[in-house]
Amino acid sequence: MDKEERQIVIPGETIVKGKEFLPGDNVYREGEEVIAKRFGVVEISEKHVRIIPISGVYYPRRGNTIIGTVVDITFNGWLIDFGGVQNAFLPVAEVPRYVNKNELREYLDFGESVIVKVWDVKSRGIDVSMKMRGYGKLSGGMIISVNPNKVPRIIGKEGSMVKLIKNATRCEITVGQNGKVWISGGSIEEEMVTKKIIEFIVENATINGLTEKVDKYIKSLKLNNDVEIIAEDTDKEGEQDG
Amino acid sequence: MVKKIESLYTKRNDGRAFDEIRPIKVELGVIPSAEGSAMFQTGDTRAIAAVRGPRTFHPQHMQNPETGILRVNYGMMPFSVWERIRPGPSRRSEEISKVSEWALSSVIDLSGFPNTVVDVFVQIPQADAGTRVAGLNAAAIALAHAGIPMKEMLSAIAVGKIDKTLVVDINKEEEDFKEGEGSTDIPMAITSRKKDIALLQLDGKISPDKLKEAIKMGKKACEKILELQVKVLKEINNKVENE
Repeated sequence: MDKEERQIVIPGETIVKGKEFLPGDNVYREGEEVIAKRFGVVEISEKHVRIIPISGVYYPRRGNTIIGTVVDITFNGWLIDFGGVQNAFLPVAEVPRYVNKNELREYLDFGESVIVKVWDVKSRGIDVSMKMRGYGKLSGGMIISVNPNKVPRIIGKEGSMVKLIKNATRCEITVGQNGKVWISGGSIEEEMVTKKIIEFIVENATINGLTEKVDKYIKSLKLNNDVEIIAEDTDKEGEQDG
Repeated sequence: MVKKIESLYTKRNDGRAFDEIRPIKVELGVIPSAEGSAMFQTGDTRAIAAVRGPRTFHPQHMQNPETGILRVNYGMMPFSVWERIRPGPSRRSEEISKVSEWALSSVIDLSGFPNTVVDVFVQIPQADAGTRVAGLNAAAIALAHAGIPMKEMLSAIAVGKIDKTLVVDINKEEEDFKEGEGSTDIPMAITSRKKDIALLQLDGKISPDKLKEAIKMGKKACEKILELQVKVLKEINNKVENE
């Protein structure tokens, strides 16, 4: 984080010259030059050069939290569609309770949604698990889809943005790195307001000082008075986000 | 060298210099639901490209477990020229789809996405010659916008020989030139780094020396197009803020 300059590169562009640089994600080397392989923002830390994509399909990484839907059931698990290149596989063993192998549908049926953690990424597909706290089957609420490349802005620095929305709307929010957001609140109205705020963030994702803007936007929505005070408290944390 | 005066084509119909390209307009993200999209316009020729994927390829037996597959679909809209074009695949559109696919395959790298397909849809809403090169320019921008790994960018231009004169970026009127030696159309695609030729077609007659000269002219014109392709991609964030 020593270099704040966010340089956008296009494929085939030379990022840096020199043998000492190490090509990382989405970057390749040709002789002395380190060349971009993908459209995105350059990040150089120490001598490690990589590109953070700003567009395109979501590509899972180990440890990501994703939200998806069951599209197929095999003899030992479920196939989950999360909007990625391939479907994810959730084995019976990675479910936090005993499931009768002959009656997989009783636990998770077609079309049901789950929050899962990416356990392993292989070229043949990805394995997911829901054995930890906070993961599992979804019931109630709604799932909205956003551009997966804007997800970091919805979460904010150390979850500051999500906290801000949660306090303002009293809704339960889970953001999947694949661009699916689960919202669950006391009423449909609360959920719709949350959806509106999230859409506002995605639309204005490239603006500086987004947290303040969102805070102002939430106030303009005129939510309950007592709720607003809580929102102001979290404001200080949010400002560091900048 | 002054022999060019012998040519019947001494002045271009739209007043351009012989090595001058038509005015270009480029736009990014014209189809918001696609992973990547772009519009590319030169003069009265306009192309729209949309990229979908990478996504799982069906039918399964056509999947390639070593690498992803690129599919290009080119088509002209029924109203794109004066006389209505029958919609759907034709001999011409299938050929252009195929050559565009080969040209783009040489710059993209889908080895990280086995068993998948990347679809590129190119449509021509308005045509005034040089549609395949406009389509390729739009497709290259759209592919980069979709975050597809690419070794380099690609820009394309059509160089023509009107009677004995070499001209860059020919339009329909020049393409229909009948006097003297008539017109020859040479579409070509040049990669951005190595300046390799990714596509070279020839429709008409030309001497080897003239062809070499035409390629040289095309490479120069592609530089200008590449500049605009890079510019539109780099300004992706500025545009969002203006809205």
